[in-house]
Amino acid sequence: MRTLAAVLAALMLAGAASAADTARGRKLYFSACAQCHGPDLRGVDRDARVGAGDNLALGPSLRGVGAQAADFYLRTGYMPLRDPTTQPRRTHPKYSERDLHALVDFVASFGGPGVPRVHPVRGRTGLGLVLFTEHCAGCHQVVGEGGIVTGSRVPSLEHATATQIAEAVRVGPYVMPRFSERQISPRELDSLVRYVLYARDPDDRGGWGLGHLGPVPEGIVVWLFAGAALLVVARLIGEGLKR
Amino acid sequence: MKWLWSALALLLGRGRRPAAPAAVERPRIVPRQPPSPRGENWVLLLLVLATVAAGAFIAVYAIDRLPAQTQLLGLALGLAFAFLAAAAAVASRFVVPVEEVSEPYPEPEHPAERDEVLQIVEESGERMTRRRLLKVAAGGAGMTLGTALVAPVASLGPALHPDALRRTPWRRGVRLMNSSGRPLRLQDIEEKAFYTAFPEHASHDELGAPLVVVRVDASRLDLPDGRDPERWAPDGVVAYSKICTHAGCAVALYRAPLFEPTSASPALVCPCHYSTFDPATGGGVLFGPAGRPLPQLPLEVDGGDLRAGGGFSGPIGPSWWGVRRR
Amino acid sequence: MIRGAVRYLDRRAGAAPLLRKALRYVFPDHWSFLLGEIALYSFLVLVATGIFLTMFFEPDLSKTVYHGEYAPLDGVHVSKAYRSVVDLSFRVKAGLLMRQTHHWAADVFIVAIVLHVARVFFTGAFRKPRELVYYIGVVMLMLALLEGYLGYSLVDDLLSGMGLAIGYSVAMSIPFVGANLALLLWGGPFPGPPSFEPRMYVAHVLLLPIAIGTLLALHIALIVARHHTQFAGRTRNERRVSGLPMFPGYAPRSIALAFAVAAVLVLLGGLVQINPIWLWGPYEVAQGTNGAQPDWYLGWLIGGLRLMPGVDVTVGGYTLVPNPFWGGALFPLLVFGFLFAWPTVERRITGDDRHHNLLDRPRDNPWRTAVGCAFATWVAAVFFAGSADRVYASFGIPYAPQIWFWRAVALVGPVAVFFLVRRFLGEVKRDEAAASVSPGPASQL
Repeated sequence: MRTLAAVLAALMLAGAASAADTARGRKLYFSACAQCHGPDLRGVDRDARVGAGDNLALGPSLRGVGAQAADFYLRTGYMPLRDPTTQPRRTHPKYSERDLHALVDFVASFGGPGVPRVHPVRGRTGLGLVLFTEHCAGCHQVVGEGGIVTGSRVPSLEHATATQIAEAVRVGPYVMPRFSERQISPRELDSLVRYVLYARDPDDRGGWGLGHLGPVPEGIVVWLFAGAALLVVARLIGEGLKR
Repeated sequence: MKWLWSALALLLGRGRRPAAPAAVERPRIVPRQPPSPRGENWVLLLLVLATVAAGAFIAVYAIDRLPAQTQLLGLALGLAFAFLAAAAAVASRFVVPVEEVSEPYPEPEHPAERDEVLQIVEESGERMTRRRLLKVAAGGAGMTLGTALVAPVASLGPALHPDALRRTPWRRGVRLMNSSGRPLRLQDIEEKAFYTAFPEHASHDELGAPLVVVRVDASRLDLPDGRDPERWAPDGVVAYSKICTHAGCAVALYRAPLFEPTSASPALVCPCHYSTFDPATGGGVLFGPAGRPLPQLPLEVDGGDLRAGGGFSGPIGPSWWGVRRR
Repeated sequence: MIRGAVRYLDRRAGAAPLLRKALRYVFPDHWSFLLGEIALYSFLVLVATGIFLTMFFEPDLSKTVYHGEYAPLDGVHVSKAYRSVVDLSFRVKAGLLMRQTHHWAADVFIVAIVLHVARVFFTGAFRKPRELVYYIGVVMLMLALLEGYLGYSLVDDLLSGMGLAIGYSVAMSIPFVGANLALLLWGGPFPGPPSFEPRMYVAHVLLLPIAIGTLLALHIALIVARHHTQFAGRTRNERRVSGLPMFPGYAPRSIALAFAVAAVLVLLGGLVQINPIWLWGPYEVAQGTNGAQPDWYLGWLIGGLRLMPGVDVTVGGYTLVPNPFWGGALFPLLVFGFLFAWPTVERRITGDDRHHNLLDRPRDNPWRTAVGCAFATWVAAVFFAGSADRVYASFGIPYAPQIWFWRAVALVGPVAVFFLVRRFLGEVKRDEAAASVSPGPASQL
């Protein structure tokens, strides 16, 4: 009996808290997001562009994107985005943990998938390498150092958490493709995430890893280290022009 | 081990022996120069350091499973070489005589011997009565034999059969399989995703095999003339050769905007030189050095499975002289 | 002991006169004359480490499943060639050191050759009677580039596999004969039959090293036959060469340089990772990675391929010049064509057909130096265009504007550099002439 009362009380408190949080979330939403994503979260497209001059307002609908997308964009600092025509870049989250939760809950209240749970320990790095090479390496580079696609930069994956990787895979942010569970199953995603986490600090038993970027930094080392060193040695060993 | 030490002692301990008086006083070739014991000491020190470093290399090598073994090996051997280099450099200044010598350059030419060479050739040829004819015959035989000897090079590859380049494993009815070996089904193709597909029952390991499959928004579809959307884009699904028509790399990037007004249009992009192709317009080139569009494969849907509806719209892979353009 | 050895050699090989001459052969000394030696010693390191590598490498592209020491590759389908290199790196003691030293040596080898060619060019050492030495040197440079490309392509990793596809495409792009040539070289359409790998292997470990070694011997023999060039000086003129004798003066210096080269290469080989193929994964025709690049000495070619606008030249529907031809084939043809043609061109333009044993300081010949700088500017502009994607990724400068920038620099830069350098050196020459009564080329390069 006492447990039941405790549970009921907890539920009521949670309900009250979530109601309060949603209100907080709505307030935060309207202060930073509504301009581009619309007061009704239906987005602002080209035809209905509002705002003139400096304040461009343009943004996709957030209905049905769920906590999955909201959590991703807010935690990576991709959102809020001051100028919607620029590419979002990873920074620190702009909100405190509590505000972030509130915003995520608010967006989630309009439907959509929750934050994905991913278990890298259950995955296999070898399978992750194969999956990553097929689906991701073209843009993100085979060890996740990032790169470019025509017109946009592709971020390196060194700061992404396991959850954020999973979220990005399912959301397909900015110009990234979206990989649903039908294409990359949850088990496969575990392996993929495990690989990405490994690739952050891979086996560099050859020495200084040079950022794992391959021949470009190697070429720089060859000229600036080896070439310069050998020129100095040649200078030391050889005498100058005699008078 | 003991004999090594005694041999060393013998060699080192020899020191300077007074030279035996020569029968004839030969003039010096290498000038006498004052010794430099300090220089010698440096050389000795560097040689000892080199020995220690080389010994360290052997020791590190002998140990199994040492962490950072490659680094330690490289450091030890590299330092050994470096000390030896320094020892040799110091020796060149302080241990051996330093001198400048001069000598004449060799003769720029040798007209007398040249003439004799020509004379030999000429006189040897005087016995011939039909010089020109012999030359032609020998030349002909030589050139033909040379060609004969070179001819087997043609066996290295089907150089005379470039039609092999046009063959791909795709023909009507071949099923599309994903890289896990399962059939690619129409309903599996989602928007904003991209899929790599291979021909069933055929090798994956040729340029003609891999496809990239995406679903295009029907409203943007604008295929070239002669490509009926029912055959070439059933339900908006399009398939292209995954091999870039520029230089043969796999078109492994898919620019898939979540919100096009603030980003870019969907495009297939190659990571080598960033040739960019538009899947909605039959693979047309949007950017980059590719000179022709990505070849498109018609599709047919058979019980939900995707199958090829025929051959590609054009030759796959990098262009060559046999590529005909419409 | 030495007396006994010399006597032995003299009696059995008649070697004493040769030794007598060789020991006192005169080497003019200037630090820039050592650059060719750096290349030579790098080559020796390449051969030594290369022999070790051949003891472990399997030139076999048949697929297998990796179950070795490197856990992240476990279960991945790789070729036996790839696996043998991963095993060499992870299982064989000193294997990774040898592999990395070998690869660094290849990169440094070509750095040294390029610096050496630059020195030869800017000092006019290629002039009569040494044109032959020069031509042999340029051929060696070409062979070295090919040798390096084949070497890292043997491993069948993702990066080098992509590079092979590009090489194939460049061959295909040659008008009229490209496809036939490509089919001949590869033995069939890309990726070719299984025998393509052993073909590369034999070229890399036998044919090209023999070719380079033979040319090297010829190169050195010809240099000795005509003796080294030198800068002018008090005891140095067209008729007399001064410097250090081979023995005891020059030999320890050469030995020092040899050990120094080995030291740099081995230190790099142990301390700085190069070509970590276990990270790249195996090559598959259907896969690609962002940021794939060739080794530095082919960077000028990727730049050429990226710079050209997207056009296949066609005539009435027939393809005449596929796009990769310009940046991948014509560009190197022009570059090497320039290098080969230069001695003749200079002779024609200056009318100078004399026998030269003395070198010019670069400032003594402003127009040649200006041409050389202009040429280098052209090649460098194309070279830097090749890494525009990484510049965009790292520094945010958008890709397309960079391409336009380097196109402009490649066209305008050489012209501007030519006039600037010629004017600047002309002034330096005038100042020097004014400063001293009898201009003596006595200062440093």
